[in-house]
Amino acid sequence: MIGIEHYLVVSSILFVMGMLGIFLNRKNIIIILMAIELILLAVNLNLVAFSAFLGDMTGQVFAMFVLTVAAGEAAIGLAILVIYFRQRGTIAVDDVNRMKG
Amino acid sequence: MQIFAFYLFASIVIASAAFCIFARNPVHSVLWLILAFFNAAGLMLLVGAEFIAALLVIVYVGAVAVLFLFVVMMLDIDFAELRAGFMKNLPLGLVLALILAAEFIIFGALSWSSAGMGDANAVVGPPAGGPSNIEALGTLLYTKYIFLFEAAGMILLVAMVGAIVLTNRKRGGVRSQNIQEQVRRRPEDATRNTQPEVGKGVEL
Repeated sequence: MIGIEHYLVVSSILFVMGMLGIFLNRKNIIIILMAIELILLAVNLNLVAFSAFLGDMTGQVFAMFVLTVAAGEAAIGLAILVIYFRQRGTIAVDDVNRMKG
Repeated sequence: MQIFAFYLFASIVIASAAFCIFARNPVHSVLWLILAFFNAAGLMLLVGAEFIAALLVIVYVGAVAVLFLFVVMMLDIDFAELRAGFMKNLPLGLVLALILAAEFIIFGALSWSSAGMGDANAVVGPPAGGPSNIEALGTLLYTKYIFLFEAAGMILLVAMVGAIVLTNRKRGGVRSQNIQEQVRRRPEDATRNTQPEVGKGVEL
């Protein structure tokens, strides 16, 4: 029978996968954004698993809010990425700090 | 059957997440991400969170992943040079990830089974006779968490306005309407009477 620990193991591995993605693709901001989505997916999986196994719906409500914030974050992040690319013609994160001022 | 489905979904989620971060081509990355979302939705379906699973497919696959795909295909980027340092970081990254995963699994996940949180295995799926998943979620969302719900709507609104403001630009060489100027225009300013001699044109 599937216990909560199965779900926790899956979401831990997914979370670590997302962090590894950020660490490895440090220059490619698109992959970084995707890795952030993976991390948020792991968080959602955790929330839903606890909600189901504890019999409390609040976890699913908060999973919905996490989903909302993830959608907004992806939209804003990609918009910033597009204008950054328009200015510079590259998306290397190394010289993003030139963006100030 | 449920165990089989769980292991199927879980292994595909983890494998496609790995392919997503290791793929050479970002378009393939996005496609693996979509597969990961689908299978995570399957995992959520298994514990009876139907609405969240549907939302995951609609919002993530339908909107976010397609947005990613759109941006990846729209921007003409040399992705090969962005992979510099990937191989250099790989050993350290894998070691750190393994340590972190081991800590999460040993101290986080597996401690739950020994801590004995009730009869956890009994509650898979929605309780029989109770309200359905979506009904319970809606009741909670529109009563107890109504203000949080509205705040989430504001977040989406601000994100939408922000994305439009950021990416909107004035283009040169496009003749757009200027209503005020068009209304203010008078016949005297715009036309002129001339009487050209025969054989000569009108100089503009």
